[in-house]
Amino acid sequence: MPDTLPSTDQVWDWLGEVPDPEIPVVSVTELGIVREIRWEGDLLVVAVTPTYSGCPATAVIDLAIESHLRGKGLEKLRLERRLSPPWTTDWVSDAARDKLRAYGIAPPVDGTASDGRTASRAARIAGRSNLAIACPRCGSTHTERISQFGSTPCKASYRCRDCLEPFDYFKCH
Amino acid sequence: MSVQSETITPQAPAADPLVADEALRPAFFDWLCRMGDNTVVLGHRISEWCGHGPVLEEDIALANTALDLIGHTQMWLGLAGEVEGRGRSADDLAFLRDAYRFRNAKLVELPNGDMAVTLMREFLFDAWHFEMLTALTRSASARVAEIAAKALKEVSYHLERSSDLVVRLGDGSAESHARMQEALDRLWSYAGELFTADATDDAMAAAGIAPSLADLLAQWQRTVDEVLEEATLRKPEGRFDVHQGGKQGRHTEHLGYILAEMQFLQRAYPGASW
Repeated sequence: MPDTLPSTDQVWDWLGEVPDPEIPVVSVTELGIVREIRWEGDLLVVAVTPTYSGCPATAVIDLAIESHLRGKGLEKLRLERRLSPPWTTDWVSDAARDKLRAYGIAPPVDGTASDGRTASRAARIAGRSNLAIACPRCGSTHTERISQFGSTPCKASYRCRDCLEPFDYFKCH
Repeated sequence: MSVQSETITPQAPAADPLVADEALRPAFFDWLCRMGDNTVVLGHRISEWCGHGPVLEEDIALANTALDLIGHTQMWLGLAGEVEGRGRSADDLAFLRDAYRFRNAKLVELPNGDMAVTLMREFLFDAWHFEMLTALTRSASARVAEIAAKALKEVSYHLERSSDLVVRLGDGSAESHARMQEALDRLWSYAGELFTADATDDAMAAAGIAPSLADLLAQWQRTVDEVLEEATLRKPEGRFDVHQGGKQGRHTEHLGYILAEMQFLQRAYPGASW
């Protein structure tokens, strides 16, 4: 245990070094899933929110956060699961969006979240218009959705009709 | 300093006196088991498609949907265990209860059948689930409301997907149309259990924890009518509430087979973990 407790800003910086296990180019703080860091006496509490409620990476993320902080000399810490308000892709930072694109994943575009009320007709129209989701490889917006689901719960599968490459879209949520 | 520390307002975990309300406990526990058992049984059913989907994208979509539902189960049964106050975890409730303790509607335990049955069942359930969760975001129980808000985001795209596919296949080829109609005819009489209230539902509605099921019905019917019409499918004329009892623990023979597979590991090797 260090002689003096590190500031919460210091801990935020440290957590900025913890990569997301599925998309290692972005950190857990850039994804917006670390919601609060606070001291309760000499106990550090880190509140983490799941991206998707069944995301299998949740346990791995908790473990990565815990072991990283222990590596910084913090011994008394507790991770707290925070559900409310639910995570949204709005909290993915701008820097992370650029990193996602460079990594080959199209970042979330506002207005592509499902709301259930747009069932069928509207959804299919939206599925065709694609709201200008740009191919991360060539930048073309001439793209089409293959599936609302992809390699992880947070992604959808798209295809570029110009460069013909398939790509992942980090869907709006 | 990271972006999040500036943009996210810290908020204490939801305080909820209803969780410790002893008078409400039996009904609240029962009701939470219904929510969690619907999602765990349907989640397990849908996961049976993993590796067997007709095309890769559908296989992935079904597995993702199953994963969402299992995630919801952890939240609902986790809260059920807290409300019960006997130290049972979500895993204990999912893996160590017998069939007659399960409180899911019969609709979700029926076998998958072909893709038509699987998708039609998802649609009928999703349309209920969406209305239920929407109402639950205004629950008097802060814990229930926050689970509902989280789950609703996922169930929104479940409904979008299943209704979209019901339309595409219903209004598709002669073969797909016939299969979707057959699936609807087979499942219809099971859907009404989701809207049939008993003492547990009444107690939850009176406490403001859950909506009156009758209040959900009108919007569900609107959604179903609209999608079926667009899908060129004929709504069955018979009653939709013939099959009852799952919510009270009286199940079809199918549930036992699901549990035999789902619970095997924890029954054979109690406490096994990895």
